Amino acid sequence: MKAAAIAGLFALAPGVRLVQLATAKVDAAAASDETRWGLLIDATKCADGCDACVTACNDEHGLHGFDRPQTDAQWIRKVTLRDRQTKKVTTLPMLCQHCEHPPCVDVCPTGASFKRADGIVLVDKHTCIGCRYCIMACPYKARSFVHESLSQQQPHSPRGKGTVEGCTFCVHRVDRDREPACVESCGSNGNSAMIFGDLKDVDSEIAKTIRTAPSKQVREDLGLNTAVRYQGV
Amino acid sequence: MAPHRLWLGLFALLAVLGLHSSATAESEYLTFPKAKGEQCVEPTDVMRRDHMKFLLHQRDDTVQRGIRTKQYSLIECIDCHAASDDNGELLRVDAPGQFCQSCHDFTGVKMDCFECHSAEPAAGAVSGDRQHMLSMLWPMSDKSNWLRTLAIPRDRGTD
Amino acid sequence: MSEQFELVRGRSAGYWLLLAALTVLAAIGLAAAHYMESQGHHVTGMNNQVVWGIPHVFAVFLIVSASGLLNVASMASVFHQPLYKPLARLSSLLCIMFLLGGLVILVLDLGRPERLIVAMTHYNLKSIFAWNIFLYVGFVLIVASYLVTMFEHNLARYSGAVGMLAMLWRIVLTTGTGSIFGFLIARQAYDAAIMAPLFILMSLAFGTAIFVLFLWGVLRLCEREIESVIVQRLGRLLAIFVAATLYLTLTYHVTNLYASEHHGVERFVLLEGGLYTQLFWIGQVAVGGVIPLLLLWRCLTNGKSRTVVAASLLVVVGGLAQVYVIIIGGQAYPLVMFPGSDVSSGFFDGEVGSYVPSVLEFALGLGGAAFALLLSLFAMRILPFLHSARSVAHR
Repeated sequence: MKAAAIAGLFALAPGVRLVQLATAKVDAAAASDETRWGLLIDATKCADGCDACVTACNDEHGLHGFDRPQTDAQWIRKVTLRDRQTKKVTTLPMLCQHCEHPPCVDVCPTGASFKRADGIVLVDKHTCIGCRYCIMACPYKARSFVHESLSQQQPHSPRGKGTVEGCTFCVHRVDRDREPACVESCGSNGNSAMIFGDLKDVDSEIAKTIRTAPSKQVREDLGLNTAVRYQGV
Repeated sequence: MAPHRLWLGLFALLAVLGLHSSATAESEYLTFPKAKGEQCVEPTDVMRRDHMKFLLHQRDDTVQRGIRTKQYSLIECIDCHAASDDNGELLRVDAPGQFCQSCHDFTGVKMDCFECHSAEPAAGAVSGDRQHMLSMLWPMSDKSNWLRTLAIPRDRGTD
Repeated sequence: MSEQFELVRGRSAGYWLLLAALTVLAAIGLAAAHYMESQGHHVTGMNNQVVWGIPHVFAVFLIVSASGLLNVASMASVFHQPLYKPLARLSSLLCIMFLLGGLVILVLDLGRPERLIVAMTHYNLKSIFAWNIFLYVGFVLIVASYLVTMFEHNLARYSGAVGMLAMLWRIVLTTGTGSIFGFLIARQAYDAAIMAPLFILMSLAFGTAIFVLFLWGVLRLCEREIESVIVQRLGRLLAIFVAATLYLTLTYHVTNLYASEHHGVERFVLLEGGLYTQLFWIGQVAVGGVIPLLLLWRCLTNGKSRTVVAASLLVVVGGLAQVYVIIIGGQAYPLVMFPGSDVSSGFFDGEVGSYVPSVLEFALGLGGAAFALLLSLFAMRILPFLHSARSVAHR
């Protein structure tokens, strides 16, 4: 009976089985260190007053605030810089820099804060005890603590009270060959200030761009080798 | 008979009854909404005992290694086991009388999962329709749905 | 040997009132922790800018003091100072109980306190925090063994070796506690090797002060006077430790002031930090440092026990202020992500973090301290920790 059904399936749509196989392979593939995901942000293209990336991130991950800015989570935010000497004003998005040598990973007592093989720095919320030491340790204020009970979480972005969280480079999208929500929204609203890609792939747009155009890391002196680089800062 | 023996005997009887009831396939003590589909990814008695084993293994695979196979994915579980009320509103699986909560209430084992994990399928999912949240991310969405509506047993692995 | 020590089984109304008050404080602390855990930390004053608050101030103070409280026993066993031998049991008891009090506060303040078992079974060995868990637990076991050698006559010959181990262990432990802050490269106020030795000296100062206060208090409960020879010697030690702490604080700030890079955080702590500046100068330096030193210096001439007890109280108050400035001030000062630029955002970048402690946090912190005191007094009912009058009389 089952065999007949499967045979019938093939008769109707020969391509379906292959599709299932292909996506099943993508699902089963583990993150590997042959990839290093990175982000290049061009601050000169970042528009003052635009916060599409912030809105996109909040929507994607269900970061509904409680009108309590001091304790509400923020995974990406717009930062305004004003050079004290030149008075030049720049705006740029600040998020987890996904360092190669993350201080947050070093200090986490349980190992919940960890770096995946492909360079994405994450919090394993099953192991996080909510001590907030990683928040103390992060030079970029990338992480937030969940200060209240949550409901209506996005299924692909579990988050809960008493654990620490931060930008995941939209790992649930990246694992399925899509780009992070912030990058997508920056592109779709016309500014295209963000390029996401594999730093280790010499042919990727991001790798080609950073080879030719100047860019730098924030607090490069700390020696963390961040995956996020900025132009125009 | 000495009072403490009576208590011991009663306790032993209840323990035996309790053990007995979990070994059977029927859940005569509990009612909860039927899941969508013919069967789960594992036989019922296996699931009853070992569902946490599968979930715990899968969570490490997914979070730490980025392996997102669907067989033991929690999103998939909820997609099948979540029910709706009469208005078509999705109900949480950890609400009283719903799938997860019924057994967990009975056994007195508190669930931690839904502190963080969504207890409902994605907002776009409509009750009765097997389309689920992952299909919004997947490029090949409609083909996978079509497969599932034929109620073909899932693969145990890639082949 | 049994005449050297006695039980403290108070019968007075004051004694029972004290125990009752401590129990109530501890219970309120527990209730506060439960409320914080069930509602989430938004009910506290802690936020994403200042993640560690009053509970941590109390916890770190208690843990640092615990290490220093063992110093009296170390002087007896390791440095063979006979005066302190009758005090070694009490010193070890207070060490364990204060450590437990501090740890209880830390655990109850966690976002997920029920995951303590996860913390005890999953260790990231690169984390100084994880190392501290090993060190604290190991320390409790070692000091407990130390107590066993003090109580058990047949094992007394081992007390020297165990005492040495305990002393070395507490140096590592307190170094670890200071390094929790010293290893943080991100923050302007931390990232300094001096944090470790500073914490060691703080522990000696706070521990000695608390020992004097507790001993004086318990002896008053037993209607005894604190022995003059003990309080004078401890007073002199306290003066040395307080002076050394002041010295290291001075070195830390002078070195920072020499570097333009650190002028921002120095201006914040020393001049423009509002509450933090007041707590630093008035709390830490004056109340916790200069005034006790003056009192203890006077005590060399007038020999009054009361003076040492008063100085000890001031050191404790100043110590709490010092820990507050370190932990909270260090977090409040903004991160310097773009040196040379003024930074602003909707996530409070570039601004001094606002922190208003809530009653809940004070309840938890005080509850932990009350718990430590309660356990200590309770233990003293069961086993003879307190030295008898005759054990010191003939020294």
